[in-house]
Amino acid sequence: MEWMQILGVVAGVMMLFVLWPAYKHWSANSPKAEKGDWQAVLLPLAAVVGLVALLIMAVK
Amino acid sequence: MNRYENVIAHSGGQVVSSNKVLKNTYLLLSATLGFSALMAVVSMAIGVPPIAYLVAVIAAMVLGIFVLPRTANSTSGIGVIFLITGLLGFGLGSILSMYLALPNGPQVIATAFAGTGIIFLGLSGYALTTKRDFSFMGGFLFAGMMVVVLAMIANIFLQMPALSLAVSGGIILIMSGFILFDTSRIIQGGETNYIMATYGLYLSIFNIFISLLQILGIMGGDD
Repeated sequence: MEWMQILGVVAGVMMLFVLWPAYKHWSANSPKAEKGDWQAVLLPLAAVVGLVALLIMAVK
Repeated sequence: MNRYENVIAHSGGQVVSSNKVLKNTYLLLSATLGFSALMAVVSMAIGVPPIAYLVAVIAAMVLGIFVLPRTANSTSGIGVIFLITGLLGFGLGSILSMYLALPNGPQVIATAFAGTGIIFLGLSGYALTTKRDFSFMGGFLFAGMMVVVLAMIANIFLQMPALSLAVSGGIILIMSGFILFDTSRIIQGGETNYIMATYGLYLSIFNIFISLLQILGIMGGDD
């Protein structure tokens, strides 16, 4: 189990090393959201949440 | 050719080019998903221990960080992406074996598989039909992913089932956002390399599947 924990931490730290430059790049270069942009994202994400709830009920 | 004809010709060329990238991405994505599934079956048949999953994830990550970006512009990039997805599939096999041992394991796996397919097809279809530029989400998605990874590392020590559920839920939402983000980048011409585009979409699908498995495995157990 200890080896699993160490490998898990190694994988997590590696992910952070990969994500940090990508985060810096995109936070500096992302275009600003226009009116209605976030709404266009939240709508499908709400559908995903609904689907996951349905799947949970299906396996209960 | 006047200025307006030039603009039309240029944007027409860009549409043809992004359609080609999109077609190649989906072809390579289906091939890599099929190969991954095959490797998962092989790993289950051999009876690989669960630690193989973490080893495979770390090896795939090293290849994805250091090798794939250097080979993505050549034909050897295709071999590297098959190696990465094969490794991830092989690691996934050990997780699937664990779920299959549960009383409702086959149902959980089938439901997670169907759910992942619906999420991917639904979100890709949405991004393709709206043709909206979702690149404004870039900073938000990467920041969210870093928060989730930090929570994941903390939970290795805390071992809290509620935090584990929250992390899985967060990953599903962030990866769903990444499917919109990556697909719109291909359509808008922001991603012109189909190997890198395939890698991004594959990781989103893989993470959604793993997280759905975890959520359904926890919530689907006997009360």
